[in-house]
Amino acid sequence: MSGLQVNTGLLRQILVGFVRDEVRKVGISRVVLGLSGGIDSALVVFIAAEALGPENVHAICMPYRSSNPESEAHARLVADSCGVNFSVVPITPMVDAYFEQFPDADNMRRGNKMARERMTILFDHSALLAALVLGTSNKTELLLGYGTLYGDMASALNPIGDLYKSHVWQLSEAMGVPREVIEKKPSADLWAGQTDEEELGFSYRQVDELLYRMVDQRMTREELVVAGFETEFIDTIYRKIQNSHFKRRLPVIAKVSNRTIDRDFRYSRDWGK
Amino acid sequence: MSDFTVVLAQIKPKLGCVSDNLALIEERIRLAVAGKADLVVFPELALTGYFLKDLVPEVARRLDSPEILRLVELSRQISIAVGFVEVTDDYRFFNSALYLEDGAIRHLHRKVYLPTYGLFDEQRYLARGERFRAFDTKLGRMGLLVCEDMWHLSASYILALDGATTLICLSSSPGRGTEGDSLGSADAWQQLTSTTALFLNCRVLYCNRVGYEDGINFWGGSEYVAPSGASLSRGKLLEEDSVTATVDEGVLRRERIFSPMLRDENLFVTMQELRRIERERGL
Repeated sequence: MSGLQVNTGLLRQILVGFVRDEVRKVGISRVVLGLSGGIDSALVVFIAAEALGPENVHAICMPYRSSNPESEAHARLVADSCGVNFSVVPITPMVDAYFEQFPDADNMRRGNKMARERMTILFDHSALLAALVLGTSNKTELLLGYGTLYGDMASALNPIGDLYKSHVWQLSEAMGVPREVIEKKPSADLWAGQTDEEELGFSYRQVDELLYRMVDQRMTREELVVAGFETEFIDTIYRKIQNSHFKRRLPVIAKVSNRTIDRDFRYSRDWGK
Repeated sequence: MSDFTVVLAQIKPKLGCVSDNLALIEERIRLAVAGKADLVVFPELALTGYFLKDLVPEVARRLDSPEILRLVELSRQISIAVGFVEVTDDYRFFNSALYLEDGAIRHLHRKVYLPTYGLFDEQRYLARGERFRAFDTKLGRMGLLVCEDMWHLSASYILALDGATTLICLSSSPGRGTEGDSLGSADAWQQLTSTTALFLNCRVLYCNRVGYEDGINFWGGSEYVAPSGASLSRGKLLEEDSVTATVDEGVLRRERIFSPMLRDENLFVTMQELRRIERERGL
């Protein structure tokens, strides 16, 4: 019924070409990324391995002590199945050292800290390995703001940022991501038993159907109601997109000159590449 | 007119790197000359890359700049159609296409329709061209279009009525739409080139670039479409390529005999109605 069906062969060709072209044109041959054991980072590892050769892909699993042990096992399974370099850098010592000073911190603060801790490890390895950091946020979570600014949202290149979760599932099947990883419930894995869909209050399938119509097809609220979506659901999602928009933009700069960065000083990032 | 051989150079320009791109263009010219082609066609903005934004004034070249003079010189060996950013003496910047032949500029077309919607922002940086003119070459009468120009029926229509039998379209078309059996923008363009050829009994030479700029892919698929609307040679999707085609004069002649719609086109009726519409709109 929906436009969420995607031509996986074509998508694969575009995304593999994207990684190959955008990495190599800056004079680099390697990439590094966090491999959580979940489907998004697994798919990006598969794309990167095909684009650059598995020997040029460095996947790092960064568990915290409350992470589900199954996650690391799945990360290892993914790395093994496409032959990329794999290492484990636990983040428990640094995260715990910090929160000893703030023992009352809630789950959100702890989760954000973990995401940002992982980001610093990836960018440190970027320098160590002369590798670009690949992002693994999909379009669904980017639109909903379901990610940590300067944490898991930080990267040099993101191959899957224009793919809804529903597309991620389809392309993962087509590229041979291990079945266990495709079929398990999506989770941020900040604590045992956490699932995205429980935390968000709706399923990815449901919200992808709505987002596709609202964002990609620019349907009006009235049209969405006629298409069968509850008004409350429509309004909730609209607000989520609106309220998280700051996460998708660069910091706002106070304009005082004639040429302000990103306002009237405009260049593509691939300037000269 | 006799048959001629065309090469559609499906290249991957580097963004803002004029000298690198000139070298790339020269190499493709050398190969086309070695292959004994009569004409080599390059994409829109082949000399500069596409998403230039504030780079426009830096990469713009005058018609008497060394880079353009070099290409003019090379046209003693082969006819060349190529896209670049043109700067005029009054400092307007155009998304221009040149047709070079026998060491001279045979025709200059400045893109008329500058898309400024969706992912496009051309009118912010560039000035609009103001004419569509067919021109004579030793390979027949031709018309030049730059990408979006072709999406306006009137552009190809004017060129065909002005006597062009070959429409050359230089393109930097971004790929998007992965829901269907083939790429959405490729599908749309292939319908357009085919329908344009069919309506106007013209051949279409379409040259589109490849590569990525800031994550946006250009899909290639350069093609030679016969006056029947049939695509006779088509380049690879998303990869650098070179499409060589023999443009057969007999095919054009026969098509114009079998389907003489263009001959029967009533310019008087068209002009009368366009003038009426113009009057009624108060233009």
